Amino acid sequence: MNKSDIVSPENLVYQKPVLMNDNHMHYCPGCSHGVVHKLVAEVIDEMNIQDSTIGVAPVGCAVFAYNYLDIDWMEAAHGRAPALATAAKRMSPDKMVFTYQGDGDLAAIGTAETIHACNRGENIAIIFINNGIYGMTGGQMAPTTLDNMVTSTSPDGRDVQTMGNPLKILDILALLDGVCLASRQSVHTAAAVKKAKRYIRLAFENSMAGKGTSIVEIVSTCNAGWKMTPVDANSWMEENMFKVYPIGDLKNI
Amino acid sequence: MSEEISLLKGNEAIAYAAVNYGVDGYFGYPITPQSEIIETLMAAAPWKTTGMVVLQAESEVAAINMVYGGAACGKYSMTSSSSTGISLKQEGISYLAGAELPCLLVNVQRGGPGLGTIQPSQADYFQTVKGGGHGDYKLITLAPNSVQEMADFVSLGFELAFKYRNPAMILSDGVIGQMMEKVKLPAPQRRRTEQEIREQCPWATLGKTPERKPNIITSLELDPVKMEENNLRIQAKYREIEKNEVRYDEIMCEDADYLLVAFGSTARICLKVIELARKQGYKVGLLRPITLWPFPSDIINKYADQVKGILTVEMNAGQMIEDVRLAVNGKVKVEHYGRLGGMVPTPEATLEALIEKVINS
Repeated sequence: MNKSDIVSPENLVYQKPVLMNDNHMHYCPGCSHGVVHKLVAEVIDEMNIQDSTIGVAPVGCAVFAYNYLDIDWMEAAHGRAPALATAAKRMSPDKMVFTYQGDGDLAAIGTAETIHACNRGENIAIIFINNGIYGMTGGQMAPTTLDNMVTSTSPDGRDVQTMGNPLKILDILALLDGVCLASRQSVHTAAAVKKAKRYIRLAFENSMAGKGTSIVEIVSTCNAGWKMTPVDANSWMEENMFKVYPIGDLKNI
Repeated sequence: MSEEISLLKGNEAIAYAAVNYGVDGYFGYPITPQSEIIETLMAAAPWKTTGMVVLQAESEVAAINMVYGGAACGKYSMTSSSSTGISLKQEGISYLAGAELPCLLVNVQRGGPGLGTIQPSQADYFQTVKGGGHGDYKLITLAPNSVQEMADFVSLGFELAFKYRNPAMILSDGVIGQMMEKVKLPAPQRRRTEQEIREQCPWATLGKTPERKPNIITSLELDPVKMEENNLRIQAKYREIEKNEVRYDEIMCEDADYLLVAFGSTARICLKVIELARKQGYKVGLLRPITLWPFPSDIINKYADQVKGILTVEMNAGQMIEDVRLAVNGKVKVEHYGRLGGMVPTPEATLEALIEKVINS
């Protein structure tokens, strides 16, 4: 038996999703974005909906998401992705429309668009990356930054008395009647990655079934912004982020 | 309905014309003096007939970004608002221009600055034709002076917007929006099918098909060399629009010794001014820009060789006068008469201003 006998389609147990192209990713090593991109690509592949999927990219680290997945994309202004997705889906109800947003985009500048799209029960999926920091602009405080967490705009740690509390936006969204799925997941272990993928697929299926708005929050690491190694960032996330943003379903109907 | 004459407000005419044109989506937020547009659409319920989406957004900001989402899919998408609401939309308008997305915007102007007043104004001229949002961009700007033109410019606006992949604006005001006139609505036409949109707009994000690369709608480009190229391409498009799409109306200009330049509702008032002036022996004509951008500079420059003086009449402190002076380039005196903050000029006061500022000076 030689190498070519082993590397054959019937022995294939894993491959890069067809929809992921070979463009060099700009994400930092250890960042969760690459994994979540892969999961979205796999779900679209497996549902065979490439020709009817429209992605809405945010402003934030994922601003160039459109460079990595070979689907149609529109790039939104900061925070406005749910408004774009609303119109795209309303005018083409047979399309799969999803937004991919970070915590600054979804929970700060875009809070109004997020809440109202969810309240209307728009049949879209929202993939929400919560890493508690503004990664792209260099590590500033986000609405989701933890109490006492050091960022470049909270250099002595977030003082919740003057800087506000970590915003549990998913808890708010889960209260809205238009929301059918509000689940918080992570991608820091192989098991977590598999589970997160199941929820992304459920969010997409809900959208196509017209059940309302589905939000999958991925509690994520930003090891560059947190100034930690990828391994340390994973541990820190488990010890600190999960206490404030516990993994699990807030709503799943 | 299309062959019939209707009696409608300007705002209502825009709504019905949009349904008849086959618009795919309207997204708006209530604000006086243009709320009849969304009210008329909601009462007409076109989603039951043509399939047009009508959505009351949570804010003007959301509404303009909904227009962006619809336009990115090649759909006929529109919004309307009034001055303060249009200010809120400026970021989105810049994004639409930067991503070269065709759509229709309507501004039924009210007095400012700030919360201002709900009465009519033309003080958003600068905001509309000089930018408003950030970056080097232009809006194709149509200035209706009647309820009929409110209806007609819906189709004209969409046609120009899609011809050049650029947002178009109907710059109206509270007079035209609220007044009732006879109007003949455009004949109803069906909305385009997805296949027709894919053919008309090969750039639209309607889902990637196997025979083409992904379509990406964005205004972002971090490489300054490429970003300059993008800007130059857009600027070249603007020069084409300036060459091809200038529209204006000339009224009693052939023998004119004095020229009024006015757009929209003040151009209507100027018709009466001409009548009063000619009774007193002054040969006065009116040049009415229909497109405020591209601006009819060449024809105004031509009349500068014929007339002894020009008066711009505007419901603002003097905005279009700057473009008229640039067109005239010092050949002849150009003065301005305007009322502010929701006040509408009377024909008598306008004639008085013409005599005092231009004829007798």
